[in-house]
Amino acid sequence: MKKLISICLLLLPTMAFANTGGVHLDHADVDLADKPSLQRGAKIFVNYCLSCHSASFARFSGVAKDLDIPEDVMSKNMLFVSDKIGSNMDIAMKAEDAEKWLGKNPPDLSVIARSRGADWIYTFLNSYYLDPSRSTGVNNRVFDKTAMPHVLWELQGWQKLAYTEEHHGEENKKVITGLKLVSPGKMNEESYRQVTHDLTNFLTYLGEPALMVRKKVGFWVILFLLILLIPAYKLKKEYWKDVK
Amino acid sequence: MGKKIVDLLTFLLGWIDARFPLTKMWNEHLGQYYAPKNFNFWYFFGSLALVVLINQFVTGIWLTMSYKPDGELAFASVEYIMRDVPWGWLIRYMHAVGASAFFVVIYLHMFRGLMYGSYKHPRELLWITGMFIYLCLMAEAFLGYLLPWGQMSYWGAKVIISLFGAIPYIGETLVLWIAGDYVISDVTLNRFFSFHVIAVPIALLGLVCVHVLALHEVGSNNPDGVEIKKNKDKNGIPLDGIPFHPYYSVKDLVGVVVFLIFFASIIFFAPAMNGYFLEHNNFVPANPMVTPEHIAPVWYFTPFYAILRAVPDKLLGVVAMGAAVMVLFLLPWLDRNPVKSIRYRGTLYKWILGIFVVSFVALGWLGMQQPTEVLTLMARIFSILYFAFFLLMPFYSKWDKTKPVPDRVTYK
Repeated sequence: MKKLISICLLLLPTMAFANTGGVHLDHADVDLADKPSLQRGAKIFVNYCLSCHSASFARFSGVAKDLDIPEDVMSKNMLFVSDKIGSNMDIAMKAEDAEKWLGKNPPDLSVIARSRGADWIYTFLNSYYLDPSRSTGVNNRVFDKTAMPHVLWELQGWQKLAYTEEHHGEENKKVITGLKLVSPGKMNEESYRQVTHDLTNFLTYLGEPALMVRKKVGFWVILFLLILLIPAYKLKKEYWKDVK
Repeated sequence: MGKKIVDLLTFLLGWIDARFPLTKMWNEHLGQYYAPKNFNFWYFFGSLALVVLINQFVTGIWLTMSYKPDGELAFASVEYIMRDVPWGWLIRYMHAVGASAFFVVIYLHMFRGLMYGSYKHPRELLWITGMFIYLCLMAEAFLGYLLPWGQMSYWGAKVIISLFGAIPYIGETLVLWIAGDYVISDVTLNRFFSFHVIAVPIALLGLVCVHVLALHEVGSNNPDGVEIKKNKDKNGIPLDGIPFHPYYSVKDLVGVVVFLIFFASIIFFAPAMNGYFLEHNNFVPANPMVTPEHIAPVWYFTPFYAILRAVPDKLLGVVAMGAAVMVLFLLPWLDRNPVKSIRYRGTLYKWILGIFVVSFVALGWLGMQQPTEVLTLMARIFSILYFAFFLLMPFYSKWDKTKPVPDRVTYK
């Protein structure tokens, strides 16, 4: 029986997120208790993402409240399209225009962390490389032929695919080993990793704002139920004493 | 003062009893319903199913207040519930996790029936009403899964509805009739919503009442498979029976609290169950133009989905899938062994039941995977084992060497 259970447990994770292009995903190490990281992520999000991608299911006021950003700070620094803090995080670009200009309408990012997973987003943001065959000049290791340009290039700089040569008899085969930075951006590698971490953190929050309270509430609910179990069990014992 | 209140309440009860059988019903179903005293762990799942049913009703009513059954608005309205409705996320998770919990509880409830022969004479009709509840539950879950209007909602519904297209002559017309449009569309969403919140719940509620009435007519089976009504005292009360209330009401209360601890753990700590309860792809809005790479139903349907895919022919696959569910209806007549409980049946039945459980779980796992040659072969083997359990039952249930069944239930 124990063996059977352990086999079942081993098989469980096979349901994970699909479509990684066979690339190993880096662990995003999401931490929603890290408010400064979430605030930095929000700032990057509105500055770099929220011109093409909407987050229509979220509201600026909700983000401000959940991330402890004062409303006036939010209004001054993050509201570009709308002037109402209670409005949804929409963009000015119309879907049909986006399709004409970019080839594809950039998806809404409200729940992207729920469909793709945090690790995928984190790895995606770190996996752009130069590819002259693409119209954007770049490609991505986890999302081959992505229509999205490398928006954060000025921070990261440019990467190229790194190869090693393997000898198979007569043939020499190029094997991709990873990516290497060929022209640095404004940030060093560590700071850029931090930026993508913050952004992933923020998108995870954005995918499910309830995450900020869910586990805390759950703790108290389960504690209550555990305490309730004591009188419930004693009541049962008391009644069943006389069942012979 | 206290006496006055008691007098008033007694008067009120008398007034009602003269006009409505309140005390009579209470006694028939709770206060003087004698249940065997030897119920074990497996007997918690009946009352738990009722708890989950109530959970689904209550949370469903509140979800309906903010949900919009409209192809343009449905996905966003679910996210509105998750974000802008106070505690909406909790209500939605209770409903979504509740759906999976319903099947966990019902599968264990049905397995209890298999172990202790609860479908056998005189409980054939009880089993059949239970099977109708199971069918309703499957319909309800399938209809409800379309409502969030995500990619899996859309394509899952498309796959299942298109199965009807395999039926000769009327297939294509039938598909059109069910979906109400040439593709799964707003029209489909609206009718699914209507069935999900009105038609099927009414049927479900009615069937649950019938199921409980049938149970209380024949009396509960027990882990020994002994009829307690055969041994009664001079007042006509079964010697091994105890009144459901208070004995089982207080016992089931413990079961409910333990269940809620597990239920809450999932709701608060893993509501999507890593894609098993809420599939990742269902967080992408339904898009008729983009077919997902991998379409899999939610876990509770995957055993039957695996059987469907195991058969190379589409029509035969649909027939096999339908038969896999329907064959359960015949169980009371397939089993030719008079011994009910697994405790007194031979090793043969224990082994075969074990193989059946392994096959069902394995098919469930296979139904989630992308089919490969090896996996398809496995699905075929387990499908055959699944059907063999039922179709060979008239033979092996006869051959099995049983142990003598005691006259009275065993307790402590």
